[in-house]
Parts: sequence; structure tokens; C-alpha cells
Amino acid sequence: MTLALTLFTVISVSLGAIFFLAGTLGLLRFPDTLTRLHALTKADNLGLGLVVLGLLPQVAWPLGALKLIAVWLLALLAGATVGQLLGAAVPPEPGTPGDRATGAEGQTP
Amino acid sequence: MSLALAADAFLALLILGLAIWTIAASQTYGAVVGFVAYGLLVALVWVRLGSVDVAMTEAALGSGLTGLLLLGAAAHLAPLEAAERQARPGPWLRLLVGALCGAVTAVLAAVVLSLPEPAPTLGPAVAEHLATLGVRNPVTGVLLGYRAIDTLLETVVLVPALVAVWSLATDPAWGGRPASPGPRDPGSALTLLAQVLPPAGILVGIHLLWVGADAPGGKFQGAVVLAAMWVLVLVAGLRRPPALAGRPLRWLIVLGALVFIVIGLSGVWLAGAFLAYPEGLAKPMILAIEILLTPSLAVILGLLLLGPPVADRGPGT
Amino acid sequence: MTATTLYGLCGAALVGLGLYGLICHPGALRKILAFNLLGGGVFLLFGVIAQRGGGALTAAGLGTDGDPVPQALVITGLVVAFAATAIAVALLRRLATASRHSTLDQAPPGDPGP
Repeated sequence: MTLALTLFTVISVSLGAIFFLAGTLGLLRFPDTLTRLHALTKADNLGLGLVVLGLLPQVAWPLGALKLIAVWLLALLAGATVGQLLGAAVPPEPGTPGDRATGAEGQTP
Repeated sequence: MSLALAADAFLALLILGLAIWTIAASQTYGAVVGFVAYGLLVALVWVRLGSVDVAMTEAALGSGLTGLLLLGAAAHLAPLEAAERQARPGPWLRLLVGALCGAVTAVLAAVVLSLPEPAPTLGPAVAEHLATLGVRNPVTGVLLGYRAIDTLLETVVLVPALVAVWSLATDPAWGGRPASPGPRDPGSALTLLAQVLPPAGILVGIHLLWVGADAPGGKFQGAVVLAAMWVLVLVAGLRRPPALAGRPLRWLIVLGALVFIVIGLSGVWLAGAFLAYPEGLAKPMILAIEILLTPSLAVILGLLLLGPPVADRGPGT
Repeated sequence: MTATTLYGLCGAALVGLGLYGLICHPGALRKILAFNLLGGGVFLLFGVIAQRGGGALTAAGLGTDGDPVPQALVITGLVVAFAATAIAVALLRRLATASRHSTLDQAPPGDPGP
């Protein structure tokens, strides 16, 4: 039983690490701030979630597990807030509906 | 080379790389961001060194609150950076300083490599009498028992530090409110965060304070988390900074140091020496000091972050 | 070469880097940053000494595995370093507001001043 749990932990944490790696690759390779934000927030939230899932069999149930899940939820909250704030601070591309300088209008559906 | 040693070496290299980035970055803002990341990695190093209390304090205070302070200053001073860069010393002087700093590093490295074996330690001496203090966390025992005088002096020294920051205000502004760290933006995600996070943060801070008697934690870590929640509410613009002339605020600031000194003096009367705890009353007195010191510390740390009061620009600001 | 010695060497390197930044950067905010790096290096050296003195406490059944006295010193040091950084930043902001400089150099003679 403990062997199966250890295997589950190793696989889950490794998958989480791969997601973190993917997010970092996105941070380095994507062309502009908004796409990099997308890569970071999606990959890091899922990566952290997989790491926490993998560590759940290793801690005391229920309090230790609840603390780990609380860490994940707080990191989600912080990541979402920072993503929104950074996204709002990026100046819009010229020619898109958000840009007021060239006066481009959005298409009405 | 074992896997753990390889991981430790990687962590040490990352920290050195971030430190070099902090020194060598051309923009101050980028340097401060590197400094915050460096602080969080150093907190990991503290856990690897077995000092979890220090790791928590470093992550919250050394990296978090200090980073916030420096980010605010970097944003405020950004227009003056170009003039700074022109005043750099020439390459030969920098080479000489680099060589001398390298010599300092070499001396310290030689000291580290020749530390005595077996290492002298006060661990057994601390463990011997920890039970009489009623706490199980040895660091709390040292902070509030064996070396309580150091903690008292540190608590007392924070008050003149705050007064020093206040003294930088202009005369008409004395006693007013510090500048608000952020404008209120009703629709933004920051407002939502400042409404959702502080209840959980306050619970975490109180938990850290309470659990510090027996597990890693304590009043410094708890007070830093409480101060951070208060500053979050101020940065989101949901509350104005307090007026610094208010009596209740000033009583709250000195409360911690006063209580500590009163308990210390009562030790002279009850147990024969300053800051001595009488038999059997050690745990309640330590708890009283911690519980009354935490709000005082949190307010002082928050006010240090906010800076000196500024002149009120009239109604409507 | 144990992990503890490795972190001790890292702390020594941080002290050297912080000292270099403190001396060579003209801007006062970069000096404050470098000073914090210097302090961090010194605290890491304390941590190495704390870790080497450990073992006796876990044998006694208590939680942490390190000499608690250097750890308590470092916690005190971190709080005081934050207070010192706050005073330094407040001084720097006042200097910048009053004189429009953010370096510690003297203004050249003939400068009309603020």
C-alpha cells in the first residue's frame, strides 16, 4: 500500500514539475506580456495542484491535507489577482478595440 | 555526490545568480524584483538548515515587507535614475573594489571551511531547562526565556525607529496621515483580494502566534502576517492610513514595550532578577507578553512601511 | 563538503557581493539593496553555525534540529534590519523630494540648489 502511495506521489509531483517547466518555457518563449501571463498562470496553478495532490498521501489526514489544499487555494487566489492586475496594466496593441489612439472600433456581434 | 547535495548546490547557485542580478541590473525596479525572489529562495535555504522559524520570518519580513518597501521607493525614485547612472565610478576603481570584496569573501570562506569540529553548541544547555518555561519550541524559549533581554531591547528599539521615520515629515504635516500607498479602484482584482484575504490572513497570523509556543512560529511571524493584511487593505485603498496624532494609536504602539518592561520589573519583585519568571508562572507570563506584543508589533511594522506623515491637501483627496 | 558548508560559502559570497554593490553603486536605493544582501549573507553564516550545533535537541525529543541561540539572534536581526531599511528608505525619499538627487554626492559648486 505504501509503495502504491509513494508511486502516486512520485508520478504526480513529476507531472506537476513538468507543468512548471512548460510554464517557464512559455515565459521565456512567448512574444508578449499577455501570452506569457497566460502560460504562467495556467501552468503554475495546475502544476501546484498536481504537486499538492501528490503530497496528500504523505501527510497526516485531515489537518495536514487541509493545510496543503489551503496553500493551493491561496496560491490560486494570489495568481489570479496578479494576473488580472498585470493584464490590466499592459497597454493595448495599436489597432485593437482597446486602443483609443487609432480609434479602431470593435465589431458588434 | 548525493541527490540532496546536488539539489542544495543548485539552490545555492540560484541564490548567487539572483544576488548578482540584483547588483548588476540596470534598472532599480528589476533589481528589487530580483531581491524579492532571492529572499524567498533564502527562506528555502533556512528550511534546509533546519531553522523553520527563521525561514518564516525571512519569507514574510525579509522578502515580503522589505520588498514592498523597496518597490514603493523604486517607483517613487524612477525619474532620478538616469542621473544616478552617470555618476558611476570608473572601471579601474570597480576592479580594485571587486578584488578587495573578493578578498573579504575568501577570508570568510576560509573561516567557514575551518570551523571547529565537533561544533560548540548551546543546544543541550537550552534543552535542559526548557520544561520549566512550559514551551516546547526551543527558539521561543531562547527568545522569551533565556535571552528575553535581547527581545525586550529589540521591541523597545522599534519605537524610536518609528519616531525617526516620523521626524522626516515637514513641520505642518506632523501628526497627520501618511500618504496612502494606493488609490481606490473599485472594479479591480486588488479590491477583491483585499476584501477576501484579510479574514483568512488574520486567522493565520493568530494561529502562528499561538502555535509558536510548541512548534515553529511565534509572535514575530504572526505580527508580520497581521501587518501585511493591514497594509494590503491600505494598498487597495479600502481604508485611509490612520492619523498619527491619535492617542489610541500611540498607546497601541508603546503597549508592547511597556508590558514587557512591567513584566520584567515584576520579576525583580517576584523572582529576584529583572525578567526572571517566578516558579510555575513562566508560561502565563510568556503568553501575556506574546499576546500583548503582537498587535503592537503589527502596527509598528505597518507604520514603518507607510512612512512619514504628509501634508493634507484638503478635503476631497 | 556537506550542504551546510556549501551554504556557508554561499553566505560568504553574498557578503562580498553586497559589499561590492554598497561601495560601487552611486544610487542610494541600490546601496540599500546591497546592504540587505550583505545582511542576508551574514545571517546565512549564523544559520550555518546554528545547523552545525544541532543534533542535541532532536535527541532530547524537541522539534527543531539546530542550535536555537543563533536562530533567535537571526530573528532579532531580521526585525531590526527591516526597521533600519525603513528609516534608510524614508531618509532617501525625503532627500529626493528636497534636493531632486538620489545619490549621496555633493552638488557641484555654483549649483543654484533646490
